[in-house]
Amino acid sequence: MSRLVAFAAIQGAYNIVSKAEGKLQQAIDKYGPNQPIGFPNTAYYLPVIYSILGLKVEKLSDAEPVLARCKQLLPEHVKGTIHLPYLGGMLDAGMAAILAEEVVEAIRYVEDPDFYLPGEDVDLENGKIWLGAADDVIMRKRGVEFVDGSAPGFAAIVGAAPSPEIAKMIVEDYQKKNLYIFLAANQNGTTVAQQLIEAGVQIGWGTRIVPFSPDIAGAVFALGFANRAAMAFGGVKPGDYEKILLYNKDRVFAFVNALGEVNAEWAANAAGAVNWGFPTLADTDIPEVLPTGICTYEHVVANVTHDNMVSKSIEVRGLKVNITEIPIPLAYGPAFEGERVRKDDIYLECGGGKTICCERVSIADMNDVVDGKVELFGPDIKDIKPGSRLPLAVVVEVAGRKMQEDYEPILERQIHHLVNYAQGIMHIGQRDIAWYRIGKQAVEKGFTLTDIGKILHAKYHQDFGAIFDKCQIKLYTDEAKAKEMLPIAQAAYKVRDARVENMTDETCETYYSCTLCQSFAPTHVCIVSPERTGLCGAYNWLDCKASNEINPTGPNQPIQKGEVVDPKLGSWKGCNDFVYKASRQAVEKVNFYSLVYDPMTTCGCCECIAAVLPTCNGVMTVNRDYTGMTPAGMKFTTLAGTCGGGNVTPGFVGHSKYNITQRKYVAGDGGLMRLVWMPKILKEEIRERLLKRGEEIGIPNFIDMIATEEDGVTEDEVYAFMEKVGHPALTMDSILG
Amino acid sequence: MAEEKAKKQYNFRDFSICDATVQMLQKAAEDGMETAFQRAAEMKACPIGADSACCKHCFMGPCRLNAKDPYSKVGVCGATIDTIGARNFARNVASGASAHTDHGMSMLDVFREVVRGNITDYKIKDEVKLRNVAASIGIAVEDRETMEIATDLYEELERTYTQVEGEIPFAKRVPAKTLETWRKLGIVPRGAMREIMEIMHRTHMGVDQHYENIVKQCSRTALSDGWGGSMVATEISDILFGTPKPRVAGVNMGFLKEDQVNIIVHGHEPNLFESMIAAVNDPANIEKAKAAGAQGITLLGMCCSGAEVLGRHGIPHAGNFLSTEAVIATGAVDAMAVDVQCIMQALVKMSECYGTKFFSTNPRAKMDGAQHIEFHEHTPRECTDQVVAMAIERFKNRPARIVIPDRKDMGVHGFSHEYVNYMLGGAFRGSYKPLNDNIINGRIRGVAGVVGCTNPRVKHDYVHVELVKELIRNNVLVVQTGCSQITLAKAGLMKPDAAVLAGDGLREVCETVGMPPVLSLGSCVDNSRILIACAEMVKMGGLGESIADLPVAGAAPEYMSEKAISIGQYFVASGVFTVFGVTFPTVEGTKFHDLLFKGLEEMGLGKWGFAVDPIEMAHLMIHHIDEKRLALGIMGKKERKLFSMEDRRQADAM
Repeated sequence: MSRLVAFAAIQGAYNIVSKAEGKLQQAIDKYGPNQPIGFPNTAYYLPVIYSILGLKVEKLSDAEPVLARCKQLLPEHVKGTIHLPYLGGMLDAGMAAILAEEVVEAIRYVEDPDFYLPGEDVDLENGKIWLGAADDVIMRKRGVEFVDGSAPGFAAIVGAAPSPEIAKMIVEDYQKKNLYIFLAANQNGTTVAQQLIEAGVQIGWGTRIVPFSPDIAGAVFALGFANRAAMAFGGVKPGDYEKILLYNKDRVFAFVNALGEVNAEWAANAAGAVNWGFPTLADTDIPEVLPTGICTYEHVVANVTHDNMVSKSIEVRGLKVNITEIPIPLAYGPAFEGERVRKDDIYLECGGGKTICCERVSIADMNDVVDGKVELFGPDIKDIKPGSRLPLAVVVEVAGRKMQEDYEPILERQIHHLVNYAQGIMHIGQRDIAWYRIGKQAVEKGFTLTDIGKILHAKYHQDFGAIFDKCQIKLYTDEAKAKEMLPIAQAAYKVRDARVENMTDETCETYYSCTLCQSFAPTHVCIVSPERTGLCGAYNWLDCKASNEINPTGPNQPIQKGEVVDPKLGSWKGCNDFVYKASRQAVEKVNFYSLVYDPMTTCGCCECIAAVLPTCNGVMTVNRDYTGMTPAGMKFTTLAGTCGGGNVTPGFVGHSKYNITQRKYVAGDGGLMRLVWMPKILKEEIRERLLKRGEEIGIPNFIDMIATEEDGVTEDEVYAFMEKVGHPALTMDSILG
Repeated sequence: MAEEKAKKQYNFRDFSICDATVQMLQKAAEDGMETAFQRAAEMKACPIGADSACCKHCFMGPCRLNAKDPYSKVGVCGATIDTIGARNFARNVASGASAHTDHGMSMLDVFREVVRGNITDYKIKDEVKLRNVAASIGIAVEDRETMEIATDLYEELERTYTQVEGEIPFAKRVPAKTLETWRKLGIVPRGAMREIMEIMHRTHMGVDQHYENIVKQCSRTALSDGWGGSMVATEISDILFGTPKPRVAGVNMGFLKEDQVNIIVHGHEPNLFESMIAAVNDPANIEKAKAAGAQGITLLGMCCSGAEVLGRHGIPHAGNFLSTEAVIATGAVDAMAVDVQCIMQALVKMSECYGTKFFSTNPRAKMDGAQHIEFHEHTPRECTDQVVAMAIERFKNRPARIVIPDRKDMGVHGFSHEYVNYMLGGAFRGSYKPLNDNIINGRIRGVAGVVGCTNPRVKHDYVHVELVKELIRNNVLVVQTGCSQITLAKAGLMKPDAAVLAGDGLREVCETVGMPPVLSLGSCVDNSRILIACAEMVKMGGLGESIADLPVAGAAPEYMSEKAISIGQYFVASGVFTVFGVTFPTVEGTKFHDLLFKGLEEMGLGKWGFAVDPIEMAHLMIHHIDEKRLALGIMGKKERKLFSMEDRRQADAM
């Protein structure tokens, strides 16, 4: 039966490649061979072609050798009763189809520039529901979730379900299991994306449901996303196709669901995906390809019922999914984090500047805590009308032998996303600027305010059970009580902040490793000290400490820093030994406080990248969200391509936004005073802390000496600006020693 | 004098299951000719020799011992049955290994002359393979010219033969743990010449008289064949003539054409064959054939060089060793050119009878009564053009009766190691992973190499076919070389449809890949492709650390040549359980016999097995495969592993 699949896939690939050839010729005739082509804001050109063939397609004529290679890859048709083996040829045909489709999609960006809506969100009002290629900002932001495991993989759904209800059922089930859902192709003009909209499901990157394209060619966007992850996070070199594909097979848990009749072009795409180790599951009666080898388990599975589609897909892909069962009437999981509750849909709103709203987690005596007790003081949902506002104070008391005050902020910070994970509930902010929106949809399903307590109780136990034993929650919606709680909370925040501020690297003997990202960047090792938070911004020293308590054999291991090798550059024997071992012998030593000499490795998840600007005798830093050019001559995404993937790259280092205002920021190279350029959005984001650090280093107006893109995006422009403002780096020792 | 003994009447269907051969045996008998089949039936094998209980290594004898009571007597010098058996066996190994290494050396001679520019009729056809082979033995290939690499490769491979100390170059391809075992036992070959010389010395009267020590040298010499001479022959042939990849090609006598000049090349070295292909495709020669009234020239192979070009170029193959006499009886063979190995002297007389022009071409192998046209690699066409001319001459003067059996059996041939890699994953994901995976998950139980000659002491082709059918029925994937491969091609098992005869698991894999359940690899030196496949299976992982751990087995169910003994010994020494049929040159119950059939395995190598019946043989092999599966912990159903993020973090860095 596989023979039929091979036959169809090869035929489909011939169609796709020949149509692509025609399309390319037409485009060249119309726009000329030098017409630039590419996907929006990416350093990876046409990413599948770049990653697999190592070719940079920048203009139409660059696509010609790609299609020539596609034609070479097309095998003989499967024919006769005595035919030759077809598996290898079928896989090649599939690859040819995918490569050709990427060319076709790139031409579409030229011919019909408004077809795809760039960004994370769809525009329902204007009927713009197709997002096309994810840019590098989205890829990195979302890719991180694949790295840390909050998204274990993606389901690429092609076609359309028999009804919107079935589409919704399948997709929501994937959401609950934390997967991303990538949508492409149509079945007689109907698409899953449209079906979901009809069924009232929010789509877009925020809810992990990504409508790529109404055509099968859009499947290439999913594969392009996967291959960029391999290059960005895994450090795999473009053109090293074998590593790229095996990386995907072993680390990106994706698969295809084919809904509706499978035609030859779909078969070609399915065959192409098998190269990645991504199997196809269909709801129709197509020939199966069960023996394993290219994928981890089966390659093509047919006749899967819609009820069974999700669980069967996960089983076939070999994916272990941790499902969160929370005793509330709403669907729950990270996929619902990005979902919004719009103004018209609000049933209840708390905080957001309109009412008091605060959150506090505090340690309590074992005897004073009744585990699982949730109390509400004041009105609940049933007592109010749709569109109401209430004050809200959330007070969580935890107790247990291992519980420490240090863990309070860690637990407290979780409230934001834990509440957000509930479908129909939106949460913004934290501490005393928290903001809740409860949607009408949630209320219809039976949500009450005590469910917030149930979420926190269940998730705290699930994720942090190792550091506490008991937990109870008090919710105050009564105006007077909430007012009473607010100053208590604010006082607690203050004490806490002071404690963290006072911790120094010198007085701390134990640092923590973070190898969470080794699932994607196998040689990358972060070491987190009190004054150098993880480069992803998500893990500070306390987080690592708590994480180690929770999972003593996990990715955060205590490191006795040991003998000081170099106090200025920040190098310790214990840390070097650990890095050598944990990097699988790839990295011998690192300096915590230098980007010039043996800087720490950088993975693809860093919030910012600092780079030396030799002419300016200083450093610049750029955050992931800034898509413009930098004085280093590279955009963030190119910089990340240069130093990401677990490499030590002298002159470059990844770091968190917070780290910029930590005392040890590039201290070995001269510290904050070396900072000569940063994007404006970043400067504004950390303004308060930058001002404070300026005072500390004795240059209160230092913040104004840092150039932004408004002052220039070349070294010369930055230098001129520095001279104008008298930047201290001008008179410092040469940064290159 | 007494009347001449009446010719015995035979039912030729008892001799062979090959229809074409049977038909021609019948015709030959009618024409008053007899063949190896009748000669075997009429000549009882020497019983002392059959048990290898006879020693002729000095002239105090020959001494014969009693196989029924093996330790009751010793030779004049005091040699025991173990010494005598081991020495005889060693001489078989030496001869067999010499044949393959000399063949390999001829290939290397041609390669050297091509590289030096002295031979222009051949050239390097597969540069990718050249680079891969060079890289596999540590020769730098990056940014280097092809000819530079080729020169280095020649010099390196020459060591396979001439080196006096150290390890032969292809030892680098041996899985580390297997090589470690060899080193521990002191059996890593230094150079083939040295090993063969030493084995001849040691088996001289009064030298090595400990069967264990003799068997060690047997292993060392045989390994210099498998991982030495044979492997060089295969690799150089691929480099010079192209690495095979599957093609649909045909076997059997039906490919002879009555209205064409028919030429058969029979033997082992591809040089002659490649030049003959050029000669028969030369328009000038075709013109001459047409002028003689023929529609064209048909070239067919027989025996091993034929098996090679069957896969490499799709040249049809007329039949295996025991069909070489029979095919002459068609009367349609205008010329048969032979080179070395497995050429029955009886062919001279047979050719005489049917007017077939019969030529010996190799200076090593002249035959009394045959016309000798010497083949020189520097001027190959001088020989082959002359053969073509003589064939055309004979076509004009064909005897009246020509009978061509109406059998053409198509199948898929030409599975090189390189293609198997491609076949299992395409240009981007090619590897042995799917093979290992499906062995581990039990769809494929194991892999068996079924190879070797045909032998008139058993029913021709029958044992091969029944053995292979039983193996695939039990989900054992079969790989083949040499005459055995031609047998199964005739039986139709190299068609993809033959998967219906396979067990469910193997069938499913065959259907996924689009391959037949029986893979055709080439000639008998191409058994080295099986060694490479074994090494690759170990390297791919999941099936143990040495070849001895793999769930694989080998068989030569109808063997007849000393080369088979050498092949068997190098498979055993490499770690493979190897079962022979027909007869075995040992006496059961002796220490020497036990060493071959049991002791070697205990040392970490493979072992020998013996069975005449194909079904019994198959189950010896299946039992062994199951034992290996058990040891690997892959018997029975395994729970599906689902991967968590933690598993992904633990995954090795690439």
